[in-house]
Amino acid sequence: MRLYAAAVFAFLYLPIAVIAVFSFNAGTHASQFTGFSVQWYGKALSNPFVMEALRTSFIVALSSALIASVFGTMAALALQGRVRVVADALFYIAVLIPGIVIGIATLIALVTLFGWINPLLALLGPEGQAPQLAMGYGSLIAAHALFSMSLVIIILRARLAGMDRSLMEASADLYAPPFATFRQVTLPLIFPGILAGFLLSFTFSFDDFIIAFFVAGSETTLPIYVFSSIRRGVTPEINAIGTMVLAVSLLLLVAAQIILRGGSRKGAS
Amino acid sequence: MQRRLTTWLLLAPAGVWFAVMLVLPLCFVLVFSFGMRAPAGGYVPAFTFEQYANLPARGTAFLNTLTLAPLGTLLSLVIAYPLAYFLAMRADPKWRTTLLILVIVPFWTSILIRSYAWIFILGGQGLPAIIEWLGFGPVRLINTPFAVLTGIVYGYLPLMVLPVYVSLERLDKRLLEASADLGAPPLRSFLQVTLPLSLPGVATGCMLVFILLMGEFLIPAMLGGGKVFFIGNALVDLFLQSRNWAFGAAVAVTLVVIMLVTVSLYMWLMRRMGGQRDDMALM
Repeated sequence: MRLYAAAVFAFLYLPIAVIAVFSFNAGTHASQFTGFSVQWYGKALSNPFVMEALRTSFIVALSSALIASVFGTMAALALQGRVRVVADALFYIAVLIPGIVIGIATLIALVTLFGWINPLLALLGPEGQAPQLAMGYGSLIAAHALFSMSLVIIILRARLAGMDRSLMEASADLYAPPFATFRQVTLPLIFPGILAGFLLSFTFSFDDFIIAFFVAGSETTLPIYVFSSIRRGVTPEINAIGTMVLAVSLLLLVAAQIILRGGSRKGAS
Repeated sequence: MQRRLTTWLLLAPAGVWFAVMLVLPLCFVLVFSFGMRAPAGGYVPAFTFEQYANLPARGTAFLNTLTLAPLGTLLSLVIAYPLAYFLAMRADPKWRTTLLILVIVPFWTSILIRSYAWIFILGGQGLPAIIEWLGFGPVRLINTPFAVLTGIVYGYLPLMVLPVYVSLERLDKRLLEASADLGAPPLRSFLQVTLPLSLPGVATGCMLVFILLMGEFLIPAMLGGGKVFFIGNALVDLFLQSRNWAFGAAVAVTLVVIMLVTVSLYMWLMRRMGGQRDDMALM
């Protein structure tokens, strides 16, 4: 039994380890280990395409995670204690529908809407200077924020459901105005949930390929860059980028898990 | 009155977001699926069932998905169940949370990079080279259904382990003691007590893995090398290469319908089993 579990864990982690080990390979051939070197990290980090893609991914992940945390928290608070069938259905649809369908739907909806709006916008300014809408940062952030918002709402609702409501009632009984109750009682209690939701949202956006593939327009996120490089062949540079991406997400995820679980134990006592 | 206003104000941003970025786009897909392809690619408004009648043109993609997705789900279950059992029943409680986190974490890391790792492992210089060195002759692993299945099981295992774990962990251990006290051998206790009571978790895991697999694109694209393609790969081709939006929309709607049928079946099963919904154990 124990042996079996160890084997499955090995199955889960060995491929990641292989990538990490080969990212330190000195040789130029991707799959023959010829010595230790960090040269591929240097190569990757000085590649302007990689850095540009990293910048895009970072901006999109940060913005979408921030939007999702703020609006998601607001919605979770408003939905508190009520059974909102429609809202629930929407969150589950957003989380469970394959990313590819979300990507396609967003693509055709936004391209069509922009096609309607852009001629109107063109009337606003002189020829060629009027603002025009196009796929890019905006659509990436908006699409990622949708998924992340559902994530934040689901995490927070679980937390709010397990929360002791008498604390908030006590605060109200002591004549605290609603906002003071929120700031001094509710917020500290749900903050670990918000933080965990933010970290998960960031990781999701940073790692997402399929939605970005459809809605990125002319922008390139890091996963899109990696995908198109792999099509051109396996190189040690991709190993280095992959290891860095994995390291960032592993760190954020472990942090999110510790916050979520540590917090929920406190909440239960 | 003021309370109601606050509630609506709090809900407004998320509500608008879901309306514009989820409901509206899905409506667009539905409308487009009844349209026609513009000569230069794109969409011309129309009301025709032509696109749906044309679905068999992508029959191979549907066939591949509808064979490999259930197979992958089943394989994941077979591998995940013993691990979930170990974590819930046998593992040292001190380590349980850590082990559980170790199962969850890979699921949230880039599936792109993790599939890429398998290109590396199953590629010519990886496992096949070792197998040949051991004297079993040349084998081809990459770009085969086997490679795609490996990628699927690898990618979705965590999603199967968690719900099964939750249902096993919730199981009232006194039932097992009672079964043992009444003289049932361990295997019989397992078959008559543990297994039936863990079925809701099994159903949840299978539903989650199956519906996410239905929309899979990356794993077949990376490990199937264009030979083993899924509905997802057909969709990417239709939208980004051949720009046949109307037909692509019809394929997407069909995909969603298959998913909805799966979810309804799941809900019906769960109601019959009287189980609780465990689907939010993935965070």
